[in-house]
Amino acid sequence: MKLYCLSGHPTLPCNVLKFKSTTIMLDCGLDMTSTLNFLPLPLVQSPRLSNLPGWSLKDGNVFLDKTELIDLSTVDVILISNYHCMMALPYITEHTGFTGTVYATEPTVQIGRLLMEELVNFIERVPKAQSASVWKNKDVQRLLPSPLKDAVEVSTWRRCYSLQEVNSALSKIQLVGYSQKIELFGAVQVTPLSSGYALGSSNWIIQSHYEKVSYVSGSSLLTTHPQPMDQASLKNSDVLVLTGLTQIPTANPDGMVGEFFSSLALTVRNGGNVLVPCYPSGVIYDLLECLYQYIDSAGLSSIPFYFISPVANSSLEFSQIFAEWLCHNKQAKVYLPEPPFPHAELIQTNKLKHYPSIHGDFSNDFRQPCVVFTGHPSLRFGDVVHFMELWGKSSLNTVIFTEPDFSYLEALAPYQPLAMKCIYCPIDTRLNFIQVSKLLKEVQPLHVVCPEQYTQPPPAQAHRMDLMIDCQPPPMSYRRAEVLALPFKRRYEKIEIMPELADSLVPMEIKPGISLATVSAVLHTKDNKHVLQPPPRPAPPAGGKKRKRVNDDIPDCKVLKPLLSGSIPVEQFVQTLEKHGFSDIKVEDTSKGHIVLLQEAETLIQIEEDSTHIICDNDEMLRVRLRDLVLKFLQKF
Amino acid sequence: MDPECSRLLPALCAALADPGQPVADDTCLEKLLDWFKSVTEAGSSLQLLRDSPCLVELLLQVPQAPGLSPRVLAFALRLAGLLAAQEACFQFLQQGELLSGLFGEAGPLGGAAWMAPTVRSGWIQGLRSLAQHPRALPFLAELGALDTVVALQGDSSLFVASAAGQLLAHILGLALGGPAEGPPGPPACDWPASAQAVVGHLEEALSAATAPRATQALHVLTTTFGHCHRPWTQGLWARLSPLVARLLEKDPVPAAHPLVDLLLSVARSPALSSDRGWWEMAARALGSLRPAHAGPLALGLLTLQDCPQALSAQAFAVLLQPLACVLKAAAQAPAPPGWPAGPEGDAAAVATLLSSRSACVGLLCQTLAHLELLQPLPQRPAPWPQAPLLGAVLTVLRFCNGSAVPAPGSDLGGHLCAVLAGCARVQRAALGLLGALYEDAGPPELVTQVFAVLLDYLRSPDSSPTVLKKAFQAALQWLLSAPTPPGGCAPDPPAQPFLGELLPVLQRRLCSPCWEVRDSSLEFLTQLAGHWAGQAGFRHALLASEVPELAWQLLQDPESYVRASAVTAVGQLASRGLHATPAGPECPGGPQKGVLPELLGVLAADPEGFPRRAAMQVFARWLRDGHAEAADAERFVARVLQAAGRDLDWEVRAQGLELGRAFLERALGRPGPPCPDAAAAPEPAAPAAQALRAACRVGLPEFALRALFDCDRPVARAACALLLLLRDQAAPGLSLPEAGPAVAALEAALQRWRAGEQAQPPGPLEPEAVLAVLRSLDLEGLRGALAESSDHVERNPQSLLQDMLATAGLRGDNEADCY
Repeated sequence: MKLYCLSGHPTLPCNVLKFKSTTIMLDCGLDMTSTLNFLPLPLVQSPRLSNLPGWSLKDGNVFLDKTELIDLSTVDVILISNYHCMMALPYITEHTGFTGTVYATEPTVQIGRLLMEELVNFIERVPKAQSASVWKNKDVQRLLPSPLKDAVEVSTWRRCYSLQEVNSALSKIQLVGYSQKIELFGAVQVTPLSSGYALGSSNWIIQSHYEKVSYVSGSSLLTTHPQPMDQASLKNSDVLVLTGLTQIPTANPDGMVGEFFSSLALTVRNGGNVLVPCYPSGVIYDLLECLYQYIDSAGLSSIPFYFISPVANSSLEFSQIFAEWLCHNKQAKVYLPEPPFPHAELIQTNKLKHYPSIHGDFSNDFRQPCVVFTGHPSLRFGDVVHFMELWGKSSLNTVIFTEPDFSYLEALAPYQPLAMKCIYCPIDTRLNFIQVSKLLKEVQPLHVVCPEQYTQPPPAQAHRMDLMIDCQPPPMSYRRAEVLALPFKRRYEKIEIMPELADSLVPMEIKPGISLATVSAVLHTKDNKHVLQPPPRPAPPAGGKKRKRVNDDIPDCKVLKPLLSGSIPVEQFVQTLEKHGFSDIKVEDTSKGHIVLLQEAETLIQIEEDSTHIICDNDEMLRVRLRDLVLKFLQKF
Repeated sequence: MDPECSRLLPALCAALADPGQPVADDTCLEKLLDWFKSVTEAGSSLQLLRDSPCLVELLLQVPQAPGLSPRVLAFALRLAGLLAAQEACFQFLQQGELLSGLFGEAGPLGGAAWMAPTVRSGWIQGLRSLAQHPRALPFLAELGALDTVVALQGDSSLFVASAAGQLLAHILGLALGGPAEGPPGPPACDWPASAQAVVGHLEEALSAATAPRATQALHVLTTTFGHCHRPWTQGLWARLSPLVARLLEKDPVPAAHPLVDLLLSVARSPALSSDRGWWEMAARALGSLRPAHAGPLALGLLTLQDCPQALSAQAFAVLLQPLACVLKAAAQAPAPPGWPAGPEGDAAAVATLLSSRSACVGLLCQTLAHLELLQPLPQRPAPWPQAPLLGAVLTVLRFCNGSAVPAPGSDLGGHLCAVLAGCARVQRAALGLLGALYEDAGPPELVTQVFAVLLDYLRSPDSSPTVLKKAFQAALQWLLSAPTPPGGCAPDPPAQPFLGELLPVLQRRLCSPCWEVRDSSLEFLTQLAGHWAGQAGFRHALLASEVPELAWQLLQDPESYVRASAVTAVGQLASRGLHATPAGPECPGGPQKGVLPELLGVLAADPEGFPRRAAMQVFARWLRDGHAEAADAERFVARVLQAAGRDLDWEVRAQGLELGRAFLERALGRPGPPCPDAAAAPEPAAPAAQALRAACRVGLPEFALRALFDCDRPVARAACALLLLLRDQAAPGLSLPEAGPAVAALEAALQRWRAGEQAQPPGPLEPEAVLAVLRSLDLEGLRGALAESSDHVERNPQSLLQDMLATAGLRGDNEADCY
């Protein structure tokens, strides 16, 4: 059993598990931090950005080197744990020769589609007149200013996929429900479990009859909108692959939500605008819900809230229809019937308005001061770029970062100098290290496998020994482009026995409670299922060539010698030998058993736990006699 | 006993002795016992029995009556004990073998009723009451009660077990009781038999291998030494102390908690604390007990007045040991100067303890709480290690918010990081101690660190509301202690920069979505403004910030507690001229109306009581301080009383009377101390008649007269006191004026108020009419009636007996009701 680690990003994992002749890819997250090296794509012509000096290459040529760890066309299935971890799907399904199936829950697919569509829309609506790739040459890259100079494997950076590729990739997905058991080639069974992090987010169990691997990715124990995490089903795992823990272990989500609203209220009261760069799904639902409770008490009822995204409408509406994927409270509301999320009411009362983009209706309705939720959190593309340009110059305005995926300082770099206030309240509801240690105590896996980042404190807080996974035995860690041999051996395989064959068995009790029977059968293996079938009967002897050929195919069924069991009591054996006329018998104890020495006959009888040898000089008569004496003490069946 | 009670008693006794009758509840029986106790304390029990033979009858019947309720059985046992406390009565009851019948084998002791814990408890309490005179001892011996009591120490009911221990201590005291002064009693060999027996039991228990037995004995000794300081206790301690010392030699020390209690009880006993051997034992105990138990002992020793210097130093070192470990984990340096040196072995024990999460949190919280208790005491160790203590508390707080860097290579440091990060319990305890340490300040660089850590906590979004409240309290204490230069324009550094950074934090906290945070921020603001309002620098910074405006906006908060705090804060700011005013150039977007109308609006319209009460408090303070808003006192008071008169909350009405009293005193020329910022000078003293007229103009008499018949007694009492003041001041010698139509109308209104109706008097009251009514009312009588507790009618024994009889007689009616 091997694990191929294709991603070094602990919250955007991409691992391939080879288990019992199946090749399973676990998630395919897309690390978009490389976009931070590019300039923002403005929606409206920005003189500032366009006037930046260009960088021209004197000479040189381009080559791409590919370091392939595994041939992705051999991947049988891809298991997706949540919508953030499927963003690289088109690259894999469309460009690698992948022919397998992708499994994901319905909300994961729908919201993942929204995220991809938003991404494609953001990029495609601002087409670039020219694109440069020569700089990816290592010799050229070396000359570039930092941080580009230090960026690793720029050759693997890709252009954004197209909507067509998205559709094609998503068509390969097969929808699954929590606790649904899916057979893969009869060899293993995979099951998604609720992970409590996002709508439809799942952990996966990959098991055969005797082995169980749990894949935990992006789980949460906090009470937010999704169904709570299913911990019990993770018990008794041989290996637990643990990824997707919180990226900000020192920030408590509750405290951050408090900080978010305090900053928001303060800014708006002063007549400033608030910009929240965010994804169109996920934490935004919880923020809107908190806002709903807080809006009146903070005197914000007259402030407009805008949610701008090409998929804003779909996201808000999709969230209301996935009732069975929501936490219990929200499910209960559906039966009242009420919309599970209160943002429906915010929209009805016109407090929250949503638009596909800043063009069109929005420009008519736009009123300040206001609060704007929009993407992309990297500040490199999407409507957020426009608002950064628009509001950046006034210190009355505030940008509040809630998504933990990007360094907010790097995200802000191209907008400097910036007068607007910046507040960093990363809200990451995924498991923190205290919760992980409780989870591991509860679930008790034999082995834990995790990214190497989780096995040591974060570099910025090297003294925080509490910010790492602490379990016994210590976790196995992996890093990008590493292949791990998972630390357990498969020992058993399940074999079915046909009823008529079972019927013919004659068990013999050799110990109380333990019976043995010999089986002669044909082992039939197909689709990773093994069946013992009765051996074909020897055909009646008959003439004809045709028959004879059939007989050739039938395996020879020799008459088997009986199997022996039991142990030989040495003293009684010696007495028996004496009774049968052997004299001058010496017994020596060895480390494994005994040696009975018949000095007169110049014969040795070695009696060990699992074998008996009679060593005599070419006297077959004597050997057979002795053998029969030995056999008297053993059971036959 | 009054004749009515004597008449009712036989029927009640008969009802109690009848198993078929329903039994009155425990409370009634308890009250009945209280009554008997007061009767026997006032006179002779023997006489009581002779006057009421039914009691003897009851006591005789109880042991024989099968199926009697355990409650009645317990009651009879306790009653018998109560009566037999007097020697004469004891003899009288014993002549008829009545006591033996009740408390001996013939009583419930041997029967099924003994299974009920109430009965066992009644048996012990009966004996406890009975054992007041020397004759009781042979009686107890005869009964063989001692063995039963000893066995009951291990009873499954905690109440019974505890009472048994106390009874043993009491028997010991009775047996050995001698004169309060003089020689230390007879030598041990001459002790009476019962004392010997009890001491024998104690010795056996102390030498027993099991901790529960030793615990029982230690409890008995703690009670004995705690209550009795007679000379004989020295003999007892001399005899038992070797056994106690032997407990200390075991590892771990068994029954450590009660052992500490015993040692401290001995230390506090004037008869024993002079014993040198005891101090040695205490020193040994400090060394051998685990830190969790050594801490309370150390604190107990340090609070003693006459603890020897060496022992007190040792105790202090033990107490500080966990903090020493924390310091060491963070610095790896030798103990800071001024830190008492502790034995190395202890440090290792504490280090092991700190490495487990629950033990570490418990021990640190205990240590911090102990130091907080010790800090203000006059007998605290001197020199007090203020600077290292501050350093240690700051280190703990830094470990708790993850900013402490453990010493390189320190395992303990790593563990502390992991265990303490985000631990709100330790944070609260440490902030509590930090707040208490403000008095002695410390070196300036440490004070700077204190403010820095406090700011970290106030800023951190991860601080829980309770931690934040503690941080606010500590910050306030440190700010108040910061020295201000004589000019009074700004506090010295480092408080000044702290104040500067505090306001933005406060601003953000006032916008918190968590109501507890908004509430404690407002409370903090109120206190801060109260203290610093005089400082120009602070005034300027506050007015430049949005804090006053935010406080104003919180008057509309959805949470009533927050609104109440906002009312107090706005009132405080307004009285110091710091509120957000519409005209103020500092607050362009400020409120549109004044503070007084806004707060009157709260009083009139807020649906919850807390904000309205807060508003009344603000008004009363304004009036007393002579605040500008209350400059036109008559108009002000009239408006407030008008709003408060209709209030449903009794506290608001009571505070209305307080306000009225303040107004009256002011009108009579007895104003309270004026506020330094007072905008209006107090009015000159006016004659009483003028005061009465002023009171009438604001509607005070009407308000008070209506309140006189308020269904809430505190309001009525306050109204009565106010009216008495008005009457005595305004009309000491006036003759009764003639009754006019105004007086008649007012009396009619009074009648209706008395009947609980919401009637209005016809028009404003004339001073003459008020005076006439005041004279006609028996205010003194009313005051007396109101001073009685509301159940004074129901509380007399007669009513109790009637109630119990009624319960007993109810059975027939109930049956008729059921079908």
